[in-house]
Amino acid sequence: MALTSDPPSAVPLTKAPEAATATTVAAVPRASSAPAGLTVVPVRHPWRWVAVAATAVLLVQFAHGLVTNPGWEWDVFAAFFTTETILQAVWVTLQLTFHGTALGFAIGIVLAFMRLSANPFLRSVAFAYIWAFRSIPLIVQLLFWFNLAYLYKELSIGIPFGPSFLSFDTMGLVGEMSAAVLGLALHQAAYAAEIVRGGVLAVDEGQSEAAASLGIPRLRQLRRIVLPQAMRSILPNAANEIISLFKGTSIVSVMAIGELFYQVQVVYGRNGRVVPLLMVATAWYVLLTTALSVVQHYVERHYAKGSAR
Amino acid sequence: MSSAVTVSAATTVTEADTAKVEIRSVHKSFGTLHVLRGIDLDVRAGEVTVVLGPSGSGKSTLLRTINHLEKVDSGTVSVDGTLVGYRLSGNKLYELRERDILKQRTRIGFVFQNFHLFPHLTVLENIVEAPVSALKRPRKDAEAAARKLLDRVGLADKAEAYPKQLSGGQQQRVAIARALALEPGLLLFDEPTSALDPELVGEVLDVIKDLAASGTTMIVVTHEIGFAREVADTVVFMDEGRIVEQGPPGEVLDSPRHERTRAFLSKVL
Repeated sequence: MALTSDPPSAVPLTKAPEAATATTVAAVPRASSAPAGLTVVPVRHPWRWVAVAATAVLLVQFAHGLVTNPGWEWDVFAAFFTTETILQAVWVTLQLTFHGTALGFAIGIVLAFMRLSANPFLRSVAFAYIWAFRSIPLIVQLLFWFNLAYLYKELSIGIPFGPSFLSFDTMGLVGEMSAAVLGLALHQAAYAAEIVRGGVLAVDEGQSEAAASLGIPRLRQLRRIVLPQAMRSILPNAANEIISLFKGTSIVSVMAIGELFYQVQVVYGRNGRVVPLLMVATAWYVLLTTALSVVQHYVERHYAKGSAR
Repeated sequence: MSSAVTVSAATTVTEADTAKVEIRSVHKSFGTLHVLRGIDLDVRAGEVTVVLGPSGSGKSTLLRTINHLEKVDSGTVSVDGTLVGYRLSGNKLYELRERDILKQRTRIGFVFQNFHLFPHLTVLENIVEAPVSALKRPRKDAEAAARKLLDRVGLADKAEAYPKQLSGGQQQRVAIARALALEPGLLLFDEPTSALDPELVGEVLDVIKDLAASGTTMIVVTHEIGFAREVADTVVFMDEGRIVEQGPPGEVLDSPRHERTRAFLSKVL
């Protein structure tokens, strides 16, 4: 909603006469005056100014509260914002996000092309995967991975149903961190698959037809013609997913992994300063989400090459 | 081989560079719709064949079977004596792998009604893509050839533009240059001017006429009767999945033997 650049009129609640005058002038230009000489008077929006005033008062009240209410304990916030423990926790959160995203989208891309393939078996498997992993709550799934060793004490590589060559202790192989990454990635893959599939479907069929008619090899068609165009619709959704995964890593705190939210809980459990420490976590989440949004802007601009909007 | 592209429009391409087309009793259905009902057609090397007919007569489908964008249900299509999409062994037709079909298509240029340029690539990148990736040409050579082609279709100054920055007529001329970049022995045009504003039709038809004069085998599906009269060696009239009649433009367009052809022409002329 745009405000007019003019200041509010002296009598803001009586716009009718003014508007009426403007209409008269526009509708009946006098023959003597050149049309170019007529001034255009934009419609006044006095209620917009009222709304602005009301909203501004609320904002100022809130800001005032942030500064004056001692409960926020900004000194505690400042003391903990960049302590070693918190920085390390931020780093763990970033690692979980990065690995979860990378692995999740890698699996997601494979699943997307399985769902798009002509092979009914691959199609159904991908469909079933997406169905299953979208149906299981992330936290339930994470706890399953955490307890993997209970189901399978040993993992081994060998001939299926035959002898095995190499075995690992499940506990040693799937540590807490890998269990968390695995859980996040497998969950993410289901959503990533649908986003990628949607992006590919959004590309005009004529594009792959033209590429096929030119004899461009199949993989090259995907990499050079279809995917760059699909990226335009994939990116906004993918950015949403990455950001929600970034914040979603806080769920991993149930597995006692030292990511941001868990660490903050540990600290306020010790010193009882709940609110300022929650603000520490909040500030970091906001800061890093902002950084991700900036990156998103530039990546989207890259893939907008040749488009009108 | 490479001379086919780099020659100026006035030079005639040698007979060896152009391909003949033989279509034998081709049938094609989409579900219950029998679109092609036994098509037999011969196109001699270096000739221009124009296919006319009402919408839904199967002419676009026929064109698309020639480079195997559409699989036939029965019958055969061969270009320059080689079956398209299949290998004949004994009396069985084995479908080729996609890789081999893609290779065959590099000998057949196809121009679409809606251009289908790659919008995220510049004009030059659009033209260079296939020679570089399908024919493994060095990028430098491909770019030099592409610039010559752009010059030939009158768009030398648009090499760095993106398709959206061009008019429809310019886009179609780029699409033609893109098809020519593979130096095909056969060019297929699927209603190349149907998506254009009336005042842009001329510039595209001029380019196609130019190509016709250079001696490449061409099959053009169109509604432009004037173009057919001027350029075609053979005019084919199709209706309801069959070829109703064919012959020199003077015969088919001026004294059609079939009632159906007469009725169609009286509506479009």
